[in-house]
Amino acid sequence: MPRVEFDEERCKGCGLCVSVCPQKIIALQKDKLNSKGFHPAGVVDMDRCTGCTMCATICPDVVITVYR
Amino acid sequence: MKPVFTRTTGLTDKPFHYCPGCTHGIIHRLIAEVMVEMGILDTTIGVSPVGCTYNNYEYFACDMVQAAHGRAPAVGTAIKRVHPDNMVFTYQGDGDLAAIGAAEIVHAAARGEKISTFFVNNAVYGMTSGQMAPTTLVGQVTTTSPFGRRPEFEGYPINVSEMIATLRGAVYVERVAVNDFAHISKAKKAIRKAFRVQQEGLGFSMVEILSTCPTNWGKDPVASLRWMEDAMFKQYPLGVYRGQELEV
Ligand SMILES: Cc1ncc(C[n+]2csc(CCOP(=O)(O)OP(=O)(O)O)c2C)c(N)n1
Ligand code: SF4
Ligand code: SF4
Ligand code: SF4
Ligand SMILES: [Mg+2]
Repeated sequence: MPRVEFDEERCKGCGLCVSVCPQKIIALQKDKLNSKGFHPAGVVDMDRCTGCTMCATICPDVVITVYR
Repeated sequence: MKPVFTRTTGLTDKPFHYCPGCTHGIIHRLIAEVMVEMGILDTTIGVSPVGCTYNNYEYFACDMVQAAHGRAPAVGTAIKRVHPDNMVFTYQGDGDLAAIGAAEIVHAAARGEKISTFFVNNAVYGMTSGQMAPTTLVGQVTTTSPFGRRPEFEGYPINVSEMIATLRGAVYVERVAVNDFAHISKAKKAIRKAFRVQQEGLGFSMVEILSTCPTNWGKDPVASLRWMEDAMFKQYPLGVYRGQELEV
């Protein structure tokens, strides 16, 4: 099963990954803050991840690891 | 299940200090990945500019030197001539390269220095809070063109790739963008080609990369990518301006 991991401490909540995910399964976690004060992005429904790497490719802060 | 996308060892562990959604970070990653994939991380010396990326010597895992504003091509020239077996690149913004450093880049290209320049065009001076740059679009509002850039008063944008491509010493010049998956993949290929041109000793190579500055454009990161496509692509057409035929 494809899977993505977010290094949440590096995330700046910019939303670029959210905007490009073809499966629309990424969201900013509004109930969480990292130590920089950002809402980190996370995956809502990992079962639907295809491992396409679109999110990791657009992420300016190199937060995301993708497994397939 | 195996990792298909991991953080490249061409970058240090230090988190970037750039604003949320600033595409300087994507460009850093691409350069770092290419250095690792080509096996040149240990033999490359990069030159940092003045601008938001002034301290990217902390982010690239290769050797780095810091140059005075706009002087990276001159510093790169010296390094390459003393160490011809090392790979040398400059990383420069549009204020750095097209304003204060316009002379240095033109002459380095004209001399055919065997270095690679990665020219990041975000149409403003990012670091100093969004003043008009030589690359600012006609009509674009900046802190020093509050009525939008007016050609009769503030002049016209400089198309750097087109200009550099007129020089014989510049053997490879391409303009790319980092707005979406397909263009980011193309940008990476261009960065690799620039390093390959240098490795083959063919002459000067430059990749102009259209990039966003959400903070000073006053737009969110996603809207900034759309503005790049809608406005910047018209003034700065993507494509190869020199060296289309090169097979490297
Ligand atoms: C000799 C000198 N003149 C002016 C400055 C002020 N200054 C710092 S960064 C900068 C412009 C940077 O813009 P750009 O190269 O486009 O980089 P960006 O921040 O947009 O990536 C200027 C004018 C300086 N540091 N040194
Ligand atoms: S790998 Fe593709 S499907 Fe999975 S979260 Fe990232 S963009 Fe979405
Ligand atoms: S693109 Fe990167 S930094 Fe931006 S929200 Fe997604 S994971 Fe965080
Ligand atoms: S000011 Fe602009 S160019 Fe500089 S880090 Fe912020 S968004 Fe990026
Ligand atoms: Mg700039």
